Amino acid sequence: MDELLRIENLSKKYGSKTALDRLDLTVGRGHIVGLLGPNGSGKTTLIKLIAGLLTASEGKILVNGNTVGVESKKVISYLPDTTYLNMNQTVDEVIKLFKTFYADFDENRAKNMLAAIGIETKTRLKTMSKGTKEKVQLILVMSRRADLYILDEPIAGVDPATRDYVLNIILSNYDPNASIIISTHLISDIEKILDQVVFIKNGKIERFGNVDDIREKEGKSIDALFREVFKC
Amino acid sequence: MPWNIESDRPVYLQIVEHIMNDIFSGRIKTGEQLKSVRDLATEAAVNPNTMQKALQELERIGLVYSRRTSGRYVTEDAELVKKLKEEKTLEQLKIFLERMENIGISKQDLIRILESK
Repeated sequence: MDELLRIENLSKKYGSKTALDRLDLTVGRGHIVGLLGPNGSGKTTLIKLIAGLLTASEGKILVNGNTVGVESKKVISYLPDTTYLNMNQTVDEVIKLFKTFYADFDENRAKNMLAAIGIETKTRLKTMSKGTKEKVQLILVMSRRADLYILDEPIAGVDPATRDYVLNIILSNYDPNASIIISTHLISDIEKILDQVVFIKNGKIERFGNVDDIREKEGKSIDALFREVFKC
Repeated sequence: MPWNIESDRPVYLQIVEHIMNDIFSGRIKTGEQLKSVRDLATEAAVNPNTMQKALQELERIGLVYSRRTSGRYVTEDAELVKKLKEEKTLEQLKIFLERMENIGISKQDLIRILESK
């Protein structure tokens, strides 16, 4: 099945405030999709709905044809924008945890990536720098053999060199049968690894398309277009 | 050569130009096998689908061909490479001449300057 994620008429209201407004979106397999929007546009709400951490007020989300629930969670690997790991644990202990939780977790893949950047697995998370913690977390999330990876702000708190490394991890784990959705507002750093973008504005989709088509049509970078569309 | 991809024009076109230049300059030889899409994409830090599109474009031009099971190769047709290289040279020369004309230097002036240096 080519269609991996299908969202129809999706709305989410917090009380009287509408965070997502009748949104439609379809994502196929083998894509790296940028979910771009200013703060408060509804990015994280959308991600949490897909990941099953929030329930929709209206509309539906299908992942691999299944509604959000046990089946969809099995095939989604989600990197939240805040850490959820126990900082007292060592990397080894966290790896064990992932193995228990996720049948598709590839321990060797994780250990190879950690070794490649010299992270000692006996180290406790709390002794690591913020950037190293973020790298560990991303490696764990990318080490699952999932169908849909959702990364919420994976490069927000890291230096430019680490950013390059993060992009390298994402690219080297690219799987043509899976797709990766990356939410960010640091567009210029990430736009070359994307092949599709979604612009989200006030809970609605403002634009969705292939990045090179957009560059060709607009004659400018996605970053420049973003600044134009979301001009304050 | 580092890839130096810019974000303000289609990335696949820049990849096509980059690989073409590598072939023209001999950094990649005729008949040589190209790296896999995945490796090239990681090296250039671009999306694998974009790299794929660029390689397909090179195939369309005829500079690259694929063998069913063993990947992509640079054409062995040296004549074609020469022809495309000349086209590229003319294209670049035209741009250069226009620029020179813009600052008041004619073709004759240029030839004189080139020969005296």
